[in-house]
Amino acid sequence: MIEGQPFFQMDWVLAHLGLLAQRIGEHLLVTVIAVAAGFVISFGLALAVRRYPHIYAPILAISGILYAIPSIALFVLFIPITGLSLLTAEIALVSYTLVILVRNIVTGLRSVPAEVIEAARGMGYTNGQRLWRVELPIALPIIVAGLRIATVTTIGLVTIATLIGMGGLGYLIVNIGVQRRFPTATITGVVIVVLLSTIVDLGLQVFQRRLTPWARAQAG
Amino acid sequence: MTSSSVEGARIPGGAAPTTAAVVTLEHVSKRFGPVGSPPAVTDLSLTIPAGEICVLVGPSGCGKTTTMKMINRLIEPTGGRITIDGEDVTSLPAVELRRRIGYVIQQVGLFPHLTVAENVAVVPRLLRWPEPRIRERVEELLELVRLDPAGYRDRYPAALSGGERQRVGVARALASDPPLMLMDEPFGAVDPILRDRLQNEFLRLQERVRKTIVFVTHDVDEAIKMADRIAILQRGGVLAQYDTPETILATPANEFVEHFVGADRGLKRLSLARVRDLPLGTPIIARLGEPRSELHGRLEAGGEDYALLVDGDERPIGWIGRGRMAAEGEVVAEDAIAGSPTLQPETTLRDALSTMLGSSVQIGVVVDDRDRALGVISVDAISDVLRGPAASRP
Repeated sequence: MIEGQPFFQMDWVLAHLGLLAQRIGEHLLVTVIAVAAGFVISFGLALAVRRYPHIYAPILAISGILYAIPSIALFVLFIPITGLSLLTAEIALVSYTLVILVRNIVTGLRSVPAEVIEAARGMGYTNGQRLWRVELPIALPIIVAGLRIATVTTIGLVTIATLIGMGGLGYLIVNIGVQRRFPTATITGVVIVVLLSTIVDLGLQVFQRRLTPWARAQAG
Repeated sequence: MTSSSVEGARIPGGAAPTTAAVVTLEHVSKRFGPVGSPPAVTDLSLTIPAGEICVLVGPSGCGKTTTMKMINRLIEPTGGRITIDGEDVTSLPAVELRRRIGYVIQQVGLFPHLTVAENVAVVPRLLRWPEPRIRERVEELLELVRLDPAGYRDRYPAALSGGERQRVGVARALASDPPLMLMDEPFGAVDPILRDRLQNEFLRLQERVRKTIVFVTHDVDEAIKMADRIAILQRGGVLAQYDTPETILATPANEFVEHFVGADRGLKRLSLARVRDLPLGTPIIARLGEPRSELHGRLEAGGEDYALLVDGDERPIGWIGRGRMAAEGEVVAEDAIAGSPTLQPETTLRDALSTMLGSSVQIGVVVDDRDRALGVISVDAISDVLRGPAASRP
């Protein structure tokens, strides 16, 4: 902190609303790409597990190991291959979402009661119709719960991606706040990250409630 | 909508009167393991006439559920042939075959994410019926299983009782008006009193729709009550006897059947006759609000000690003794002694007897499908049947 400056300067925040909006946009974009790509890969893996249940244990083991690697290490590991690029950041971020998403999608699909599946088969659903019209709708609450955890985790991790030049709110916290000893930027960045996580989490929760009115009938 | 009326012409079984199919099994066998392992079903041949309820019964491991599931190809036979109305079940893709066969299972398996109406509409949607026709059919079916469409249409299964779920399951199986229904222990998961009710309701329903029904149970009493024909299977899916309940009880084919139907065969024959087969007694009827003195007079004139109190809708409340009517005032609900069991016309005499022996008042009140009192039946009336030749009556 530079001598004589107040700890938090509201006028700086107000003067840089444009910059803040740009950083929020960058942050969300990196997050959305990571969660979307992670979801597509996890969904494919979960469908493979639905067909070949014995591959579940190795998939969980591998995604668990990926999850255990510290994020900075993973970034550094890929820089020689993919450079200081969005791709490097996304590879790391996506690999963190896998363990959460695969586990929740598989658990969701496995939560469908056996008699519901038997009834669906007995009434003449094809395998695909059964998946899309019966199993996935019933698995939805558990799948969305996984999406919420994955998204909130990713929003936090994207902050670290700034270390390899990805901008986002990490740029405010680290580049402006820490490196230039300007706490106002750090505080603003942290508050926005927390708000963003909370809003996105609530948004997904509302989305899930809208799509699963039947789950409320169960509770009530 | 012109398109829907054109499509309407293609609805299978749509406007036609309900249909039933003949089902035949010819030398059907099934083994789950490799050749040489013990078979689940062995060289089974059966012909199930159209419009009849055929109950497959036997101890666990006798292959009854396997046999049923081979008809809609949830399980493929290892050998033999199954036909429905002469057509080999393998001549159609399995999913198309299943859409033409109603299917009801013990835990019902309603889809929790769909409303009652959407659950009932499942097979018509798979068959791509036009929406207006589906809506009409759903209303019709909910009324058929006695669930008020306005009150139930939009509910989710989680908000239904066990009996209501079972009724929705039956409506769902009937949705496309299939000529054949498969029912796997459909009333196995409900308590005995509700089971009796649902069985009676289902028999009443069957009198209207006359489907061919293959019904699996492990319960001999249920088999005797529901069946037009019973197939008794023993371990390994060997057919021990295939006949009407009367014949099986009167002349068991072998020791296994005799043992399986039980030593109380005489008592079980009571399951062949129903409450409606007996003349009902007509008690003196008391109504709420009538002067006690008046009721007392009627009881005395009739030489009776008790009167049956009913409410404004003719539903029984309980019995009123003559002694209490000596007092002043009007008849109130508290005057009555509750605990008299209610029976339905379709209840078997065996169930009626067992219900009456187990309750504090051993007179059964027979009620119709709206719970209105029709008359009474006593334990003595049933023991008369046991003594007389009427026991073997269908």
